[in-house]
Amino acid sequence: MAVNNPCQALLRKIQQVEFVTLELNLYLNTHPEDQKALEQYNCMHRELCELKKQYEQQYGPLLNYGWGMNTGNSWRWAEQPWPWEM
Amino acid sequence: MWIYEKKLQYPVNVSGKNVQLAKWIITQYGGPDGELAASLRYLNQRYAMPTERAKAVLNDIGTEELAHLEIVGTLVYKLTKDASVAELKAAGLGGHYADHDRALFYVDAVGNPWTAAYIQAKGDPIADLTENMAAEQKARATYNWLINLSDDPQVTDVLRFLREREVVHFQRFGETLNYMQEYLNEKKYY
Ligand SMILES: [Fe+2]
Repeated sequence: MAVNNPCQALLRKIQQVEFVTLELNLYLNTHPEDQKALEQYNCMHRELCELKKQYEQQYGPLLNYGWGMNTGNSWRWAEQPWPWEM
Repeated sequence: MWIYEKKLQYPVNVSGKNVQLAKWIITQYGGPDGELAASLRYLNQRYAMPTERAKAVLNDIGTEELAHLEIVGTLVYKLTKDASVAELKAAGLGGHYADHDRALFYVDAVGNPWTAAYIQAKGDPIADLTENMAAEQKARATYNWLINLSDDPQVTDVLRFLREREVVHFQRFGETLNYMQEYLNEKKYY
């Protein structure tokens, strides 16, 4: 599926990386001693944080309740389109 | 507590309006084997689980099911948002329109409202984990039937993603059940 704007493209990248961290999280719940998976989890966690920071600086909070930063001089959380509208 | 992330777990695109397909897909929103039932079942069973692992598995899969609920809701919303009353009527959604207009509601493919009778919490971890494994298989089968019904390749792509997740959840619940059986056996002998 072609992505036509940079905001969507970055979001797509976040979805991909977060899918990996989610999968590793579920896997580690039942394989808590797997060192390789632990290492991968931390590595992907760092990449995910970096991508989310990048996204929020440009497009506003991705997470609510103080977990995402708001840039600019208006509250972007309530301005940006919702997932089902994108 | 939960923090909302303003994005879908998986991108949802549709080729266009498709009221008939939405009427079938909504069963994964509010039907017996749908995402609402899955999420509420797992999140509620957490409290009675005796091992830390089982609590983590139920918590995290229950949370992922909420993300799937949002994906299914998005599919239905996008497939119906521009539908005319005549189109809703033709697809058998005249009754839905009378009660809800184009708003989403927790119903199955023939309009029955969601009920807590779809789910159970027995308090017995073996019984509950076994129920969850069956629930994942029923959800997988439902996605299979929906894929067979779908005439929109972009919708089919999303349904395939969701079907695959049920397979992974089944696997994780199976591992949790094995570990639980070992744990309960050990407890019996020491
Ligand atoms: Fe599932």
